[in-house]
Amino acid sequence: MANDGIGASVPRKEDRRFTTGQGTYTGDVNLAGQLHAVFVRSPHAHAHIKSVDLSEASKMPGVVAIHTGEELEAGGINHLICGWAITSKNGSGMRMGPYPPLAIGKVRFVGQPIVAVVARSRDQAEDAAEAVQIDYETLPAVTNPVDALKPDAPAIHEFEADSSVWEHGRAPSNLIFDWELGDAAATDNAIKSAKHVVKIDLVNNRVVPSAMEARAVVADYRSSDGHFTLWNTTQNPHLLRVVLSAFINVAPEHKLRIIAPDVGGGFGSKIFTYSEEVVCLWAAKQAGKPVKWVSGRNEAFLTDAHGRDHVTTAEIAFDDDYRMLGLKVDTIANLGGYMSLFASLIPTYLYAPLLSGQYVIPNIHVNVRAVYTNTVPVDAVRGAGRPEATYVLERLIEKAARELGVDRAELRRKNFVREFPYQTPVLWKYDSGNYDGLLTKALAASKWDDFEARKAEAAKRGKLRGIGLSCYIEACGVAPSSAEGGALGAGVGVWEMAEIKVNPVGTVEVLVGTLGHGQGHETTYAQIAADRFGIPIDSVSVIEGDTDKVQQGMGTYGSRTAGNGTSAVYRALDKIEAKAKKIAAHLLEASEEDITIANGEFSVSGTDRKVTLTDVSLAAYTFHKLPKDIEPGLDEKAYFDPTDLTYPAGAFVCEVEIDPATGTTEVVQFTAVDDFGNVINPMIVEGQVHGGVMHGLGQALLEEAKYDPGSGQLIAGSYMDYCMPRAHDLPKSFDHAFQKTPTPNNPLGLKGCGEAGAIGSPPAIINAITDALGTEDISMPATPEKIWRALQSAGQNA
Amino acid sequence: MYQTRYHRPGSVAEAAELLSKAEDGRYVAGGHTLIPTMKHRLAGPSDLVDLSRLSELKGISEKGGTVTIGAATTHYEVASSDAVRKAIPALAALAGMIGDPAVRNRGTIGGSLANNDPGADYPAAVLGLGATIHTDKRKIEADDFFTGLFTTALEEGEIIVKVSFPVPKKAAYEKFHSAASRYALTGVFVASAKDGAVRVAVTGAGANGVFRAADIEKALSGKASSDAIDAVSIDPSGLLSDIHGSAEYRANLVKVMAKRAVDAIG
Ligand SMILES: Cc1cc2nc3c(=O)[nH]c(=O)nc-3n(C[C@H](O)[C@H](O)[C@H](O)COP(=O)(O)OP(=O)(O)OC[C@H]3O[C@@H](n4cnc5c(N)ncnc54)[C@H](O)[C@@H]3O)c2cc1C
Repeated sequence: MANDGIGASVPRKEDRRFTTGQGTYTGDVNLAGQLHAVFVRSPHAHAHIKSVDLSEASKMPGVVAIHTGEELEAGGINHLICGWAITSKNGSGMRMGPYPPLAIGKVRFVGQPIVAVVARSRDQAEDAAEAVQIDYETLPAVTNPVDALKPDAPAIHEFEADSSVWEHGRAPSNLIFDWELGDAAATDNAIKSAKHVVKIDLVNNRVVPSAMEARAVVADYRSSDGHFTLWNTTQNPHLLRVVLSAFINVAPEHKLRIIAPDVGGGFGSKIFTYSEEVVCLWAAKQAGKPVKWVSGRNEAFLTDAHGRDHVTTAEIAFDDDYRMLGLKVDTIANLGGYMSLFASLIPTYLYAPLLSGQYVIPNIHVNVRAVYTNTVPVDAVRGAGRPEATYVLERLIEKAARELGVDRAELRRKNFVREFPYQTPVLWKYDSGNYDGLLTKALAASKWDDFEARKAEAAKRGKLRGIGLSCYIEACGVAPSSAEGGALGAGVGVWEMAEIKVNPVGTVEVLVGTLGHGQGHETTYAQIAADRFGIPIDSVSVIEGDTDKVQQGMGTYGSRTAGNGTSAVYRALDKIEAKAKKIAAHLLEASEEDITIANGEFSVSGTDRKVTLTDVSLAAYTFHKLPKDIEPGLDEKAYFDPTDLTYPAGAFVCEVEIDPATGTTEVVQFTAVDDFGNVINPMIVEGQVHGGVMHGLGQALLEEAKYDPGSGQLIAGSYMDYCMPRAHDLPKSFDHAFQKTPTPNNPLGLKGCGEAGAIGSPPAIINAITDALGTEDISMPATPEKIWRALQSAGQNA
Repeated sequence: MYQTRYHRPGSVAEAAELLSKAEDGRYVAGGHTLIPTMKHRLAGPSDLVDLSRLSELKGISEKGGTVTIGAATTHYEVASSDAVRKAIPALAALAGMIGDPAVRNRGTIGGSLANNDPGADYPAAVLGLGATIHTDKRKIEADDFFTGLFTTALEEGEIIVKVSFPVPKKAAYEKFHSAASRYALTGVFVASAKDGAVRVAVTGAGANGVFRAADIEKALSGKASSDAIDAVSIDPSGLLSDIHGSAEYRANLVKVMAKRAVDAIG
């Protein structure tokens, strides 16, 4: 049955369910007597709440209860938390403004929930929500992170003065932290004494995560024993349970069962704990009835944590032989109106250490100032910090090559890391890789050397053709508890757990603490188990997303499942294998060391004596034949705590054609060569790359969560105004190849693949556009109008 | 959505009657503009009077150099109609460019014209071809029908029954899609009538909705070639500026799309 095992492109087991309407999403869960919650949200970006009048609303038909922030506070419900502590370079802690699940006294972004109306039907709840009277005193708003740091910017949160660390006793009012990584003095010196210095100013545009399934909650409460069940669109049910119980105090951990049924995408946005989960649990307890909330798409725009939103200046220095000497990066990161669960981690440890890229850069210094603005909280979106880092470095190198008149591929090649493990000057230690190999493959596959001919041919058709390169580095499986995690401020240890049950009839169940939300886990894990026993994947079921079934887990984000989830499964399989061999040896009257497994059978090597997996499992449960030193049953649990992160890398080449009359860009060819270490299911992994590249293409060409700076309204607040990539935006030709340099950091040598495409593609695309235009002055999204304007000012318009 | 009463009349007359009696009624056809607005609680009609099943508003015919399309005909029906494809291929092509398959299978020409979205496609064809809008009360010439953003010459309760298009000698529509919505950021319909007159209608770009580009028409009346448009300068001051495109950019698109339409006519 090797066809189903590791390395086989098995069709995804779960897709029949998804494509025939048999998936069960949180929105599909309906409980008897269920009530519906609707949230009254702030229409203002920044305002004092002067009064809330519920008298009209509470008389409306069907209304059961109306909840406020004050009520939750009085009930002992704590505020939402940010789970990663970052310390400013002057030693002061990050300035975390209080984030009550329902606003108290003040609102800080449009969409912030203030009141929750619970009624018998959704329509009744909406009618009553409209009748809630809130009197606001509006305040000036700030949405741009650079403006938020100006002395006259409106202060979004109020903090105590601290004269011991901040100049004049006060930090800039909206500053969350002013953090650095690397050696500032050494980097400054390297730049000062360098032969060549190239500088770039960049904005990394804000994006909306846009999972196909919007967030949803069904909260149930059983008063007889005070037990809660929460169905929720979450990427990490166990982590959510810890946060809701230990930190927010809305339900005790042992009486809170969280079920993540099928989850329709997340891209990071479903990692975090949101107000709606907290409020629905509270409301269910008060009403003694289930309470349901399903986000509308308009609510999703205003409440799902957004991504990116950096403003950066970067400088790179080279010696006279074009070797990199130093890199200095200064970034302002917009974290929105409040600090979401991992908000502080994204622009720090998921960003700054990645700025070494694939290169030997002896001196690196990164300064990051995180700021509050009157916008939706910003947190992880696919890639989270790593796309921002890659965009800075890969645009800067491309620009340097052009300014210095050297070949862009050769400039990169000259500076590649070539020996592994490689300790960068910014924390991370790269595990393994062959960056030269990636680049060589990508240049060959993209026919890089023949580009000029294609450009000339395009020119005959009136098109401007450009080619761009991006060599990305990725870091997967954030915060192994045994490595830097704790020391760097992580509030959790990010290991993973799996349990394998071999049933009496020899079928296998894999229970694992990750949470697939489109990535094909049910197939990938099944392949690993099938591979171990040589059984078909149909004999394996994979169970995730129910805290009553799966004992522990850390969820799926940060491309961590390949490295951590599969390793936990692998370790549990090791234990199963050992016990199964022991039982088989007993049944076959042989020694354990002589037992081999293939095709679902245990054989004594060198003989034709064998028993099937079913014989072994049956014996494990119908126990009478087994000796006393074997416990009954054939199920085992294992934890995996990685020793370090894994570091996938890749080389992307993008080729575009621009219509100079309209400024429209078409991606005509995209070549991706990725090193994800070993690969379980190449088809699934390629699918992740395709999706990731399209995600990056969306950011590069189409997507922008634009705010009106005066009013703080999200003006791109629906898909009529916010442009997602569509099928016709796909590159006309898409080439993908693997290079396999296994990581030593986990047993299967897997590095992770879910975010790579979104990390590496934006600079490849923009570098192709700047190549075609002959100007560096292009920002994302590179809309037709921006390109047309660039051509106008260059006087090139046809 | 607010509560509403739904009516399914059997005739145009009954529909008009129902609407006149309603406190704050609205006609609904494909519902692809009205229903999303209601879902967002931006509209809350007391009554919905459904026009989409009325046989008087259905159907496509071609007779004596005129194509007539019932108001409740869907975009899909127009795009796939042999009669339209043969007589005015540019009109069939335009209908095929509206939205996505779901929109085309529900949305109607009558709904689109009554709504007169500044980015809608049909207004360009109606104005470009010099069509006539037949209502339950009168006939309205295209030049008089579109009166501003989301406003038309229709009176309260007036129903579009059909639209008749004179078959041109040649016509073409070039659409530059607004990236997110796929409406027209700028769409230009160029038609040269049997008598040789050239009409150029622009949608998506005008600050007051669809308009005829008089300067381009003039330039083309001398020489029906795209080069003739080069010399025309489009004044951005009358054009829309929003997050999808500035007036200057739209002015450029008017020329580019007009040239492409003229080239397409050949
Ligand atoms: C996702 C999406 C994409 C779209 N993309 C495009 C696009 O690219 N180009 C484009 O042009 N349009 C586009 N549309 C709009 C679409 O074509 C609508 O269907 C159309 O504008 C309205 O037609 P309807 O039949 O759906 O009207 P409805 O929504 O039913 O009604 C719209 C208005 O017209 C009135 N009305 C309807 N029929 C009549 C009648 N016979 N007489 C008088 N009044 C009437 C109604 O009372 C209402 O006020 C899009 C819509 C959506 C949802």
